[in-house]
Amino acid sequence: MPVIPAPFSYHRPKSLAEATALLAEHNDEARVLAGGQSLIPMMKFRLAAPEHLVDVGNISELKGIQRTGNTLIVGAMTTQHELQQSQMLSEAAPILKETSLLIADPQVRYMGTIGGNVANGDPGNDMPAVMLCLDAAYRLTSVTGTRTIKARDFYEGTYATALKTGEILTAIEIPVPPAGHGHAYEKLKRKIGDYATAAAGVVLTTRGGRITTCAIAISNLADKAILATDAAAAVIGTALEKPTLDKAIAAARSIMSPATDTRGTTEYRTSVGGIMVERALKCALARAKG
Amino acid sequence: MAKTHVKMNVNGREVESLVEPRTLLIHHLRENLNLTGPHIGCDTTHCGACTVDMNGKSVKSCTVFAVQADGAMITTIEGMAAPDGTLHALQEGFRMMHGLQCGFCTPGMIVRAHRLLQEIPNPTEEEIRFGIAGNLCRCTGYQNIVKAIQYAAAKLSGAPMQEAAE
Ligand SMILES: Cc1cc2nc3c(=O)[nH]c(=O)nc-3n(C[C@H](O)[C@H](O)[C@H](O)COP(=O)(O)OP(=O)(O)OC[C@H]3O[C@@H](n4cnc5c(N)ncnc54)[C@H](O)[C@@H]3O)c2cc1C
Ligand code: FES
Ligand code: FES
Repeated sequence: MPVIPAPFSYHRPKSLAEATALLAEHNDEARVLAGGQSLIPMMKFRLAAPEHLVDVGNISELKGIQRTGNTLIVGAMTTQHELQQSQMLSEAAPILKETSLLIADPQVRYMGTIGGNVANGDPGNDMPAVMLCLDAAYRLTSVTGTRTIKARDFYEGTYATALKTGEILTAIEIPVPPAGHGHAYEKLKRKIGDYATAAAGVVLTTRGGRITTCAIAISNLADKAILATDAAAAVIGTALEKPTLDKAIAAARSIMSPATDTRGTTEYRTSVGGIMVERALKCALARAKG
Repeated sequence: MAKTHVKMNVNGREVESLVEPRTLLIHHLRENLNLTGPHIGCDTTHCGACTVDMNGKSVKSCTVFAVQADGAMITTIEGMAAPDGTLHALQEGFRMMHGLQCGFCTPGMIVRAHRLLQEIPNPTEEEIRFGIAGNLCRCTGYQNIVKAIQYAAAKLSGAPMQEAAE
């Protein structure tokens, strides 16, 4: 198996305008290079062979983390390592750091970016489910302008997303979850650094110990990250009593369709997928204040 | 394919070269610059034997293109000891605590541990284990690697240390 990528031309634009122009010029033959921690392995195995690589690592407009009002704006080129260092993000939406620490290993997190993680389209990526829970939106820019799309409308299937040829994801907009919300991301993996055998994220709010709002999303249990809406509906208004929990787990399992692979059979992964949903719900409820 | 001009500072030395864009940093270091300390263990971004320090970050050099390192500061295992040959505290720690057997993973382990100690000068055992999670060792079982890093942390911060492996 070759481990040397096919030849390509390399571009390192200094501005977003220059980058979108390069993408427009080379169209289907061009690919954005962010942290390279998914794309370079794919190129080494010749699963990807772009003729032009547009390295967006030098564009300052894609960096940085800000808060404007009740929205967090995270630049696409923010690395996992930088995300973990942000006190502001950890306080406003702690699920981001918690999940980030469960991704890959230190070296991959120094290079890998939040934008690459959500734009990649691999159902094994962990951040898409978190973005579904938080109801984040993605800012996409091309030579023709900028549009914003909800994470909930972005994922179409394995390596299939709403990102169009010529578009760059520039930032992620995250509504700040209410103070006192509960959150959890539970991930079962064979070893540290591995992709999920099954994983689930939860963001919820409570009042008098009862769940008032809830979003549940699952990773690597279908051809894309998905929101478990029926499971979330089942727990609203409850304090997660056993029958409620069982109902939610069954609803979540009914939308799982993991492939049988080296991480386990479809049956096993669906079974543990339910357990991840259960753990994430219990943990999020225990953490919620309200 | 046209070659690209790259300039980087490797172990304190400015080096300029022409590379094909598809050249991986590990190949550039090993084949063009003759720095064979960083090893190729897996070539699939899993083992960490190819770890080098790039602009203050530990990176797997099999998963970075040399062109991405244009203008970067790179440190490999060859840059760890003092110019007079005095071992770095980590190198000494690996020797004293028997932190290696075959030694294949060691250059990556030491370069990674170096960055870890810059960020967390007095790490707990758990922080060390989490911090070297991207570096695999097939020989030691990690026990003495952890002790070697603890030895270096103690030495670098001037704390009393255990003298040698039991
Ligand atoms: C050993 C190993 C273990 C891993 N484990 C995990 C894990 O447990 N969980 C997990 O979530 N991930 C894991 N990953 C993947 C890692 O998180 C990647 O960093 C991430 O998937 C991609 O981010 P990147 O910045 O490296 O993007 P790249 O690899 O550069 O790009 C990935 C894809 O997204 C596109 N893209 C990137 N940025 C943009 C942008 N701004 N606009 C438009 N398109 C863009 C690229 O064109 C490419 O198609 C692992 C990787 C490795 C090597
Ligand atoms: S050779 Fe680079 S991670 Fe194994
Ligand atoms: S000492 Fe042999 S791989 Fe670590």
